Parts: sequence; C-alpha cells; structure tokens
Amino acid sequence: MSPETMHAKLIYQANQIAKFMESKPHAEGVALLASHINDFWEPRMRLKLFAVLDEGGAGLRPLVLEAANKIKRPVSA
Amino acid sequence: MKDFIIPDRDYGTPAAKSKQMVTLTIDGFDVTVPEGTSIMRAAAEIGISVPKLCATDSVDAFGSCRLCLVEIEGRNGTPASCTTPVAAGLKVTTQNTKLKQLRRGVMELYISDHPLDCLTCSANGDCELQDMAGAVGLRDVRYEAVQTHFRAKNTSGQVNPQYIPRDDSNPYFSYDPQKCIVCSRCVRACEEVQGTFALTIEGRGFDSRVSFGAKTDTALTSDCVSCGACVAACPTATLQEKSIIEIGTPERSVITTCAYCGVGCSFKAEMRGDELVRMVPYKHGKANRGHSCVKGRFAYGYASHQDRILNPMIRENISDPWREVSWAEAMEFTAVRMKGIIDTHGRHSVGVITSSRCTNEEAYLVQKLTRAVFMNNNTDTCARVCHSPTGYGLGQTLGTSAGTQDFDSVEKTDVVILIGANPTDGHPVFASRLKKRLRAGAKLIVIDPRRTDIVQSPHIKASHHLALTPGTNVAVVTALANVIVTEGLFDEAFIRERCDWDEFQDYAEFAARPENSPEATALLTGVSAEELRAAARLYAKGGNGAIYYGLGVTEHSQGSTTVIGIANLAMMTGNIGRAGVGVNPLRGQNNVQGSCDMGSFPHELPGYRHVKGEGVREIFQKVWGVQIDDEPGLRIPNMLDAAMEGTFKGLYCQGEDILQSDPDTKHVAAGLAAMDCVIVHDLFLNETANYAHVFLPGSTFLEKDGTFTNAERRINRVRKVMAPRNGYADWEITQMLANAILKESAIGANWGYTHPSQIMDEIAMTTPSFAGVSYERLEELGSVQWPCNEKAPEGTPMMHVDGFVRGKGKFINTEYVATDERTGPRFPLLLTTGRILSQYNVGAQTRRTANVAWHTEDLLEIHPHDAEVRGIKDGNYVRLASRSGETSLRANVTDRVNPGVVYTTFHHPDTQANVITTDYSDWATNCPEYKVTAVQVGLSNGPSEWQQDYAAQAAQSRRIAAAE
Repeated sequence: MSPETMHAKLIYQANQIAKFMESKPHAEGVALLASHINDFWEPRMRLKLFAVLDEGGAGLRPLVLEAANKIKRPVSA
Repeated sequence: MKDFIIPDRDYGTPAAKSKQMVTLTIDGFDVTVPEGTSIMRAAAEIGISVPKLCATDSVDAFGSCRLCLVEIEGRNGTPASCTTPVAAGLKVTTQNTKLKQLRRGVMELYISDHPLDCLTCSANGDCELQDMAGAVGLRDVRYEAVQTHFRAKNTSGQVNPQYIPRDDSNPYFSYDPQKCIVCSRCVRACEEVQGTFALTIEGRGFDSRVSFGAKTDTALTSDCVSCGACVAACPTATLQEKSIIEIGTPERSVITTCAYCGVGCSFKAEMRGDELVRMVPYKHGKANRGHSCVKGRFAYGYASHQDRILNPMIRENISDPWREVSWAEAMEFTAVRMKGIIDTHGRHSVGVITSSRCTNEEAYLVQKLTRAVFMNNNTDTCARVCHSPTGYGLGQTLGTSAGTQDFDSVEKTDVVILIGANPTDGHPVFASRLKKRLRAGAKLIVIDPRRTDIVQSPHIKASHHLALTPGTNVAVVTALANVIVTEGLFDEAFIRERCDWDEFQDYAEFAARPENSPEATALLTGVSAEELRAAARLYAKGGNGAIYYGLGVTEHSQGSTTVIGIANLAMMTGNIGRAGVGVNPLRGQNNVQGSCDMGSFPHELPGYRHVKGEGVREIFQKVWGVQIDDEPGLRIPNMLDAAMEGTFKGLYCQGEDILQSDPDTKHVAAGLAAMDCVIVHDLFLNETANYAHVFLPGSTFLEKDGTFTNAERRINRVRKVMAPRNGYADWEITQMLANAILKESAIGANWGYTHPSQIMDEIAMTTPSFAGVSYERLEELGSVQWPCNEKAPEGTPMMHVDGFVRGKGKFINTEYVATDERTGPRFPLLLTTGRILSQYNVGAQTRRTANVAWHTEDLLEIHPHDAEVRGIKDGNYVRLASRSGETSLRANVTDRVNPGVVYTTFHHPDTQANVITTDYSDWATNCPEYKVTAVQVGLSNGPSEWQQDYAAQAAQSRRIAAAE
C-alpha cells in the first residue's frame, strides 16, 4: 500500500471520529476526540497522523486540527 | 473428568413456578410442593416413579397413555397423575391391585401393536416402553396382532397399508413409524420446546400417525430444523439418533459446553470408551434448559473429519509445499523466525490474534504471549469484526460492555425489540425460548432489512417489522428516541434517579430535533413513520421492554453509535436493572464474551482495563515479571495495513480464519503475503493457512479442559472427553511456543502451567470481576456469571440492579452520519450478509459435517423486481460485484428482501462474500462494515476470474510433501 493511500485511510478514520464528536459540546468533543485517538491508535498510526498534521493537516476536519495538540505524539515508531 | 449418571431423572411434568406450597400424602408419605405441580411430579419428588409413557418433564402433561393412573381418596375413578394437579390434603395411592390390573391392560394393548424385536432394536437398553413393560409386570399378551402398524405385509402376504417404511432422510436421526406408540411427545416437543410446529399427528384412532407436515414431506424436506428435541423426547426407537443405531448405547456422560454460538448450551457428551456416541442437551444447563439446535446436537463430526491436520507443518515460503515435522522442530523453526523478525524489525513488528472459538484460558495465554514475551500490545481477536462496538458503546453509556441479563430474563419480557439479529438462524436455542414467550403473549418489534423467519412463523407474528435500508440503524434508533421524548413516553423517575437529568435534557433536546422525527427520517430509512411511532409507543409503554441485538447493529460505520442509541432507549424508558428488560447483545461465537474479557483487545488488559493505567500494568508486571508496554497495540485491520507498509512481519493466529472472515479479502491476502512468518493454529488448513509458514494443529472442544463465557457472561466448563488427536490441547501448544521463543531469546523464564485451572487461578488473581472464579467453584455451582467476587460470590445474573456500573447512566447524542458506501449507477443495490441455521461462520466446522444437507452453497437473495429487470431467474448463476471485487453464486429470488437490497451468507470459501465487502469500518473500533456494500448483480456463466485464481492458489498452497 502506498504511503498516500495509508495517509488517506487515516485521514478518513480521523474524520469519522470527528463527525461523531462534533455532535457533543465543543470542548468535550475536542477532548474526547484526542483521548479516543490516544487510547485506540497505535503509535505508528498516530505518527502518520502527525505527518499529515505537520504538513498543515490537509483533508482533516477542523475538530481534528483543534484536537491535535492534545493528541500524544509518539516518541518514535 | 467428572462423570454423571445417565439418564437424568425425569419428573414427568415441568416444575411449577408458584410460591404457594401445598402438602399432600402419596402412598402414606407427606410431600410439600408448589401449587400447580402434578401428582406425578410430586410423587417423583419423594422418589416414587409412577409408570408413564406420554409424560416427560420437558413438555406439558397430555394424559394420553393412561399408564400413570392413580387413586385419590374421595374422588371417583382413576385419574391420570400427570394431568391432575396437587391439592392440599389429598391422599393418593399409586399402586394397588386395581391400578396394577389397569396398567397391565394398557400395556397389553400397546405391545399388541409393537414389534417384539427388543434384542436387535436400536433402543435396546434405552427404551421407556421396554422399561414400562417391566414396571407393570407384563408377562403375556392376550391379543393377536392381526391389523398392525409394524408388519410390511399382512398374514396373507398382501401389502399392509398401515405400514410406513423408515424415513432416513435426515442425516442425523431416523423416523421409524413401526416403533411408534403415538404418545405425541415428539409433536409437543416440536411445538413447546422448539416452536417450529413441523410435526403433527395425522388421522384419528388407530389411524393416528406422527407426520412431518404434508403427506409428501420427509423429515428433511419438511419445516423440521433438526434441533433434536423430538428425538430427545421419544420414549422408543421411533425417533433415534443414527449414531446410536450405528454404535449402541453410551456408558457414561460428561457435562460440557457447545463450541458453536454465543448461547453456550450445556451438553452431555455421551461416550462409550473414547468414542462420542451422541451429544444430548443438558437439562440443568442454565443457558439452554435442556434444548439444543442442529449444530450443537449433531454437527460434531468435524472433530474426526479426514481433513483434520494432526501433525505440525512448516515451510520456508508460502509457495512451497507443506512439510510435516515433529512438534520440537516446528517450535524451533517458529521461534527462530519470530526472534529473527523481532531482532531485525523491532518488538512491535509481531503480534497475535486470539480466538473467540477457543477457551478463556487459551485466549488469556495468547494475549499474554504478545504482552509478556513479544513485549508489545499487538493482540486482537475476531470480536473486532463482530462485537467490538458493543464494548465501546455500552462501556461509554452504562460503564461495562456486558450484556445486562441472563437468558431466563426473556420469560418475564413483555415487549422485545430485535434489531439486526436473526436468532432463529444465529442463536437458535435462545430463539426457541423467545418464541415460547411470544406465543404466551409478549409483543415483538423487528428492525431488520430482511423479513427474517421470526417476523412471521407458526403462531408468531411481529407487531412491527421496520424493514430499514441497510446502513440507517442510527436514524431509526434516534427516531424511536424522538417519539419517546416528544410524546413524553420516557420514565422521568428512573432517569432522575439513575442518570444525570441535565445530560438527559441535552440529549432530549437533540433527539427532539425535527430532523430526527420519524417523518423526516422515513425518506432515508424507508421505514414508515406511522409504523415507527407505533413501535416506539409499544416499547416505551408495553411493560417490560427488552432489546436484543446482533451484528446487524455493530457491523456498520456507525456500529458504536447505534449501540449507544440502544442504551439511550433502554435508559430513557427505565428498561434496565430488573428481570425481563435490558440490553442484550447476542454474541456470534461461543466465546466472544470470554475472549474480550481475557484482554484480547490491543488497548486493554484482562478485565477491560486500559494499558495506559499504571496500577493495572503493575498487577500484571508483578505476576508476569516483565515491563508492559503502555501504548495501545495494533488492531487486526491496522496489523494488515502495517504489514503492507512493511513494519509488521510476524503473526500468530489461533483459531481464526481472517482471510475468509475479514472484509476485503484481497487486502487481507496482500497483508498476509507481506509477512515473513504467519503461524496458523487451527483444526484445518483454513484459508488463512494458504499464506502461512507454520501450521500448528489444534484440538477440538472435546479434547481439552477449559471454560467458555457465553453472551449472558456465564462461565461454563468445557471438559475433556477424549485425548487430543493432535497430541496437545491448544493451551499447551501456546505454552510450548512461548517457551521456545523465550529459549531462543535466551530469557531464563519459562511458562509452567500443568492444567488450565492454574491459568484460571491467574486470571482470578489479576482480574477483579473474576476474583471468585475457580474450577472448584464451577464444579460447585455448575456455572457462574461474572462479576463473581467477594461482593457476588455466586455471580451476577443481572447487571446495573441498584445503579449503573459507571455510576450515573450517560446519555450520548447519536448524530446520524450516512456511510460513504453508497449506491450509484455502477453499484445500484445494497448487499448485506448473515448466517444460516445449519452453517456456522466460515463453515470450517459445519461444512465438514452432514449439515451440508441443508446448505451446500451460499445463495444470493434478490427481490423479484430486481431480478426481473436483470433477467435473473431463481437458481441462475449471477455475478456479484462491488468496487472491491467480484464473485459469482446462484440467485434465490425472494421477497424476504426489499427491492434494492440483496443478501448472502459467507459460509463457503469458494463464494467468498468478503471479496465484495469493503474496508469501511466503525468509527470507534474499526469493526468492519459487513452489512452494507453497494453492489451490482448480473447474469453470469460461472465462477469469476478471481474465484478461479483463488481456487488454483489454494490448491497449490495446500500441498503436503510426501513423507520421505
């Protein structure tokens, strides 16, 4: 699988989580989105998410961008 | 191994449930029994067995055989003790000269029309007619058998019109009318216990015969579902297991637990030597109460099937043929490979998949292998692809993923919502219990795209069938909430006491929005607003409301959201925390519940505790003597993705066939092919094994000790009834593998379990909800529902009784988000998938039994309208294509599905429905979206190119080199 498809998949999944969290009160949604990704995404997945975020986060929903600083950046893979 | 005496005592009539006690005298002995008990049962309670033929305690009394006559002081005549209820002060005589004469006379009549071939009869030694002839002292028969039912020809050599030849059409039991005494126990078992009504008594008087429905029907072509209830009820050789006919009577029996679905039925494995003679449902089994289905009762032949692999095998490359080797060589080969991968690619490059078909002890060891030997959290289980959204959804709202009730609870239910579940096929024994309750008056609401059997079947009709468009569960569930909120049908007192009232206000505001009203959602769900409103009112105000759901809820992009919505409904109507209500996930496999409990998920240690918790890690670090990784590991789809990008290289897969059962087969195949060491541990060379380097032969549930935990959290014992044919129980194999890798890594530690009870002791020591569980406790209680600990030493039949596990129940908004899997011009139909009664999941077991008599291939259900516009006729070969792939199979034109929806099962690898399914998954858990795929269907000439390639690859891959 090419890195682009991998990234596209993760962007898609992050946005799926965001869509659920968007129906919550805003601050709670941001916090829960971050903790959901911290709790369930293996570091390799988060690393790729950060690769996208560090490039400006194109394709990610605003809630993901807002939650970014609460998502744990893995030390290394 | 614990032996029990067979047969179990038969009390003649079912137990009465009254709390009012009545005392009477039988043969001079006082006996006190609940009001409503029959005299026959009361006598049995004090050890007096009144002779009987038509009575058995699995069905209601009938009073036809007239053998159980008794005398009652002050009453006229000789009433039947089975149909006469007890009354205070009765004085009953069960044996005197008059009764003896009457009984002997009755027996004489029975025997005058019965072949006297006892010595060669298959029921010899297990025949109640024979027993009763002895019990009443029958010494001769005065009547000459002129007209009979058992002679093929009469005395003048003419064909006897009353003679019906034996019906051997069912693969598992035979129906031999010449042995029949027309007690109608079979007919009543089919009605009362199973609820299928396949059997009937045809004709009157001497012409009365047991019949499988219409004259032209055989056992196999009739409505019979082969549950075996009639066979268990038959007192003679009339309905008899073919295995008894072939082998003879068993000599001992061992109580164990079925290894098929999540109902977890208890069975007696009846043995002669180490040969399994038959499986008989265990009357005292608390999940099944003496009932069974065709799978558990009969479909165990796979255990001795010729395809079973009994020796370990290895190969350098997946293109090589397999080479049979010793266990020692297989372990060394595997350890060297896995160690090599870890050394080169790091400790996160390997992982495990635990099995929901294996025992708790085995799942515990497999996850321990990755956490304590590989030193990562890359463990997942097949529950990922079925009930992981239940774990998330119920955990968030109620505080635990556990189903809230036991199965007995259904007996107190008034309204059942069945959503995304097809229990008559998937969970048949529970379905029988549910149908019994429905026949007694409870109401049923079915939410399912298909008109499943339970929507309308003999004496059952759903009050409402909401045939929604696949993928719109959230919209329907939220619309139900909308009605309950806007029409004020919620239980304010319950919500104020048990939940957070302010949170409910927020939720109510959300649910009440006009876009969530049934009228607004009807456009996308296809469910009539009026019907949905009526359903909501019925559930909210119809008495005890219980929701049962299955994979039609979870296997969606919004699976977790629907589970949350279901919990919301139960909380707002106060339907939680007592008998007859609740939220009940019907688990697919025998040990889905257990494998989840055992820490199979990559983010949590046993007992659902997240790996980030230092305190929890500390507990296991102490016991295991290692550091535990504090980051979540990879889930199955993530493992495959990581394999594709080259960072995941080694996988130990126990008892799961991910290639056939996981979605998007091509992606799974590519992921597996990218790994350097795939270890498959299974009974058969399954589809995943085509990509494996090591094959470790597994043992069946008959060959090992352990426990399974069923859908009601009930921990049941699995008992070894024969030695493992492959040499080792599965837990021993995982232990050998762990020790081989530890040795290769030059780590001194060694696993040294000598019995699965020691593994359970370790689970109890580390996991609070299991603290009180031990094999001794299970022997004492038979089974126990977790939590079982100091607070609940006998277990917990019902959850959330005085408060929710999380404290206050939490309402969470359930915004509908349409799946991105949409129909369009190229793929205009929606495919949904499911199971059928006679087959089980990937079919590895059931396809290797005579169950194929009912389902030899996967069929595509398609509505007559959709079929007609495509020129498809019933039975045509059709091509089924999605954006992921295509396959071909035969069409079954039926209006069970709505126009626009097609349906198939996934039991056969040559169809491989999962070539079609996509990689979309639940937002919270990555549970795949099996239930919605946009497809096109058209006529086809035969297997697709993919099917041909696949068959060739599989044949190539399954070669086993001849021994040198």
